[in-house]
Amino acid sequence: MNRTMFAPLASARGFARRDNVGILAASARRRRTSEAKAQPNFASRCMTRLLAALLIFVAASAAVPAWAQEREPVRIAFLDPLSGPFTSIGTSALLQLEFAADYLFNSRGGILGGRMIEIVPFDNQQSPTETQIQFRRAVSEGLRIIFQGNSSAAANALNSAVERHNRRNPGREILQLNYAAVDPVLTEENCSFWHFRFDAHAVMKLNALTDFIALNDNIERMYIIGQDYSFGHVVAENSERLLREKRPDIEIVGNEFHPIGQVKDFAPYVSKIAASGADAVITGNFGADMVSLGRSIIDSGLDIPIYTFYAAYDGITATLGEGGNNRIRLVHSDGANPVPTEQRRQFNRAFKAAHPDRDVSQPRIPMALSMLVEAMEQAESTDPYDIALALEDMRFTSMSGDEVWMRGDDHQIFQALHILAHTNEGVEFDIDNSGFGLVRKLRVPAEETVVASNCEMTRPRR
Amino acid sequence: MPEVLVFATLNGLVTGLLLFMLASGLTVIFSMMGVLNFAHASFYMLGAYFAYSVSLYFGYWTGLIVAPLIVGVIGALVERYGLRRVHQHGHVAELVFTFGLAFLIEEAVQFFWGADTKNYQTPDLLDFPLFTLFGQEFSAYRGFMLAISIGIFIGLYQVLTRSRVGLIIQAAISHPHMVANLGHNVPLIFTAVFGVGTALAGLAGVIAGPVLTTFPGMALVLGSIVFVIVVIGGLGSLPGAFLASLLIGLLQSYAIATNVGMQDLLALFGLEFPRSHPLDDLWTLNLSQIAPILPFLLLVLVLIFRPTGLMGKREQ
Repeated sequence: MNRTMFAPLASARGFARRDNVGILAASARRRRTSEAKAQPNFASRCMTRLLAALLIFVAASAAVPAWAQEREPVRIAFLDPLSGPFTSIGTSALLQLEFAADYLFNSRGGILGGRMIEIVPFDNQQSPTETQIQFRRAVSEGLRIIFQGNSSAAANALNSAVERHNRRNPGREILQLNYAAVDPVLTEENCSFWHFRFDAHAVMKLNALTDFIALNDNIERMYIIGQDYSFGHVVAENSERLLREKRPDIEIVGNEFHPIGQVKDFAPYVSKIAASGADAVITGNFGADMVSLGRSIIDSGLDIPIYTFYAAYDGITATLGEGGNNRIRLVHSDGANPVPTEQRRQFNRAFKAAHPDRDVSQPRIPMALSMLVEAMEQAESTDPYDIALALEDMRFTSMSGDEVWMRGDDHQIFQALHILAHTNEGVEFDIDNSGFGLVRKLRVPAEETVVASNCEMTRPRR
Repeated sequence: MPEVLVFATLNGLVTGLLLFMLASGLTVIFSMMGVLNFAHASFYMLGAYFAYSVSLYFGYWTGLIVAPLIVGVIGALVERYGLRRVHQHGHVAELVFTFGLAFLIEEAVQFFWGADTKNYQTPDLLDFPLFTLFGQEFSAYRGFMLAISIGIFIGLYQVLTRSRVGLIIQAAISHPHMVANLGHNVPLIFTAVFGVGTALAGLAGVIAGPVLTTFPGMALVLGSIVFVIVVIGGLGSLPGAFLASLLIGLLQSYAIATNVGMQDLLALFGLEFPRSHPLDDLWTLNLSQIAPILPFLLLVLVLIFRPTGLMGKREQ
C-alpha cells in the first residue's frame, strides 16, 4: 500500500509529531516505551518513538544538569481508554496531560527542586473490569497517583478498587484524581478521602444548563433523550426536576433512553422528536452517539436548539459543522472563546504548535496537574496522604483566571461553569481546524454552582 | 400518528435495505465457501473510509465509484492469498482467520485515519429535502440510499437467476466438482464472488458513511446485526436475507416509534407497582428503549422455533 497517499492521514494520527515537546522529558519517555506493549495503539508509534527517544537521550545526557538526572521522577499513572471505541477521547486527554507536564513543569526545571514528572499511560478500554486489572498493574509498578476521567462506570470501579486497596495497605495508599467523570455518586454516597474530582458533577452542570434554558422564553416543549446508563439517567431525572422548578410552563414531551453505542441510525428517534412538536432537546450523549444524534436532527431539517454536555472536539465539531451553527449548546467548565487570559492563549498556542491536529479540549487537565503539583510543593512530599491533606480546601487560580475551590468535605471542585455555543463567529481558537469553535453565552460564577454536601467521609487516621 | 407511521416505515426501509447490501454478500459467500466471514462489516467500514479520503480530493461521486472497487480488490486478494491457504486447515481455521482480520482492519483504520469521527458529508447535489410531509423533511440523500439499495437488489437478483454467470455461480455453490469438471475455474469464481461481496459491503459503507457517521466503531455497531440477519433469513439464502433485513429494519423503526412499554402490558392485567419497587427498571421499561436489542431477541426465538432460519435449508 502506498504510504505517501496516506501522508496527511498519518499526520492526523499525530504519531509523526509527538517528539518535539520537551527535551527534558526524554528520559521519562524512554521508560514509557516499555509500557507500549499492552496498548495496541501505542505499538504503532513504538518504533518512531524509540528512535526519537534514543536520539534525544543522547542529546539530553549532555544538556540536562546533573542534579536533574540523578533525581527520581515523580511518576503519575494515566488510566483511560487508549484502544477500542472511545480511543480518541482517551488519547486526546493523554496528550494534554503529557503536554501540560512538559510545558508547565518539566521544561522549567521540574518540581520539588528538580524532579521531572513522568506520565505512565495504562489502557482500560473504558471498561470497569479492565480498569481493575490495569489498576493492579499500576500499583505493582509502584505508582501512587492515578489520573482517570472517562466514563463514570470506570471511575466508580476505580474508586472502590482504590478504597479497598488503601484499607488493606496502610502507608502505601493510592490517590485517585478524577478530571472528568461526573456521576454525582462519586462525591456523595461513595465519596472517599482518596478521590478528588476536578470537574463539576452532572447535577451542577444541569443546574447551569437549565438556568440558561429558563432564560429562553421561546421554549415551551422539551424533549430529553439519552444513553441508557447511569449518567443518562441522572441527566434525564434532573433535567425534568430542575425544569419543573425553574420553568413550570415548559412541557416535557418526551423522555427517551436508547442503548449506549448500539444505535445505527437515529432517524427514527428524530422522527419521534419531530412528531412530539418539541422545540428544544436536552441530551447527555457523548462520542458517536452524540454525532449521530446531532447529524440526524440537522439532516431532518428540524430547526431547534440542542442542549448538550459533550457535542464538541475530537472530530465532533467538524462533523456537525455548518448544520450545528448556533443550534448546538454545551455546558462546560471551560470558557473557550473569547480567550480569558494571555496565559491561556500562550498555552493554547504552544499546544497547537506541538499537536496541530488536536485541541485543548479539557483545560481541567492542566489545572488538576497544577493543583497536584501545588499540593506536593506545599506538603514537600509525594505521599498520597500528604497530598490529599494539602488539596483539601485548596483555593487556586486557574490558567483561565478562574478562582477554584476544592471543598474538603467531599473533595468536589467548584469552578465557573459556562454555556457555550457552536459557531464560526468570534472564534479565536477553532476546533478540529474546521473554522467552527465554541463561544460562551453565559458564565455561572463558581459560588453559584455550590451545592450542599451530603458526603460522610471516613477519614484515615495517622 | 400517521406521520410517525410513514416516517417509521421509510426509515425502516432505509436501514433494512442498507443491511441487505451487507447481508447479501455475507450469505452468498457463506453458501459458497461454508465460512461466516467475520470481517465482512470491516469491509463496510473500509468502504466508508476510502470514500471519505477519495472525496477529499475528487468529490463524493468519484468516491462512490472508486471506494467499492478498492474494497472489492482487497477482498479478492484476501480470498486469493489468505482464505484459500487457510482453507486447507478446515473451517475453524478460516473462521479464526476472518475473526483476526476484523481486528486487523479496525486497528489499521485507526492507524491511518485516527480514532476521531471523520467529517464525511453528503454531496451538495443531494443536500435538499426530497419531500416534506406533516412538517417533517425526508432528505434527498436518504431517497438516494433507498434507490441505490433497491437497484443493487434487483441487479443482484437478475444476475444470479437470469444470467449465465449466475447459473455457474449457483452450480458452483451446490456442485463445485461437477462445475470444475465441466471446465470452469471454480477457485476463480470463488475469488470473484468474495470480491463482489466485499465490494457490496464497501458500497454500503460509502452510502452509509455520511449519514451514520464514519468512525472506527462503525463496523462493530453493524457487524453483529448482519450476522443476526443471515441466521434469521437462513444461512445461504438470498431471499431469506432480504426478508430478514427488511423485517429487522422495520421492526426496530416501529419499536422506536411506539410509546408502549411494560406499564401498558401490566395495566392490561390490572397490575401496578410502586416506584420504589426493587424491579422498578423492569416495570418501567419501554419498547423503544430496547428497540436496538430486539433483533437479538428475534434471533433467539428463530433459533428455538425454526433453527434453519426463515428460508434456509437444513445443513446435512
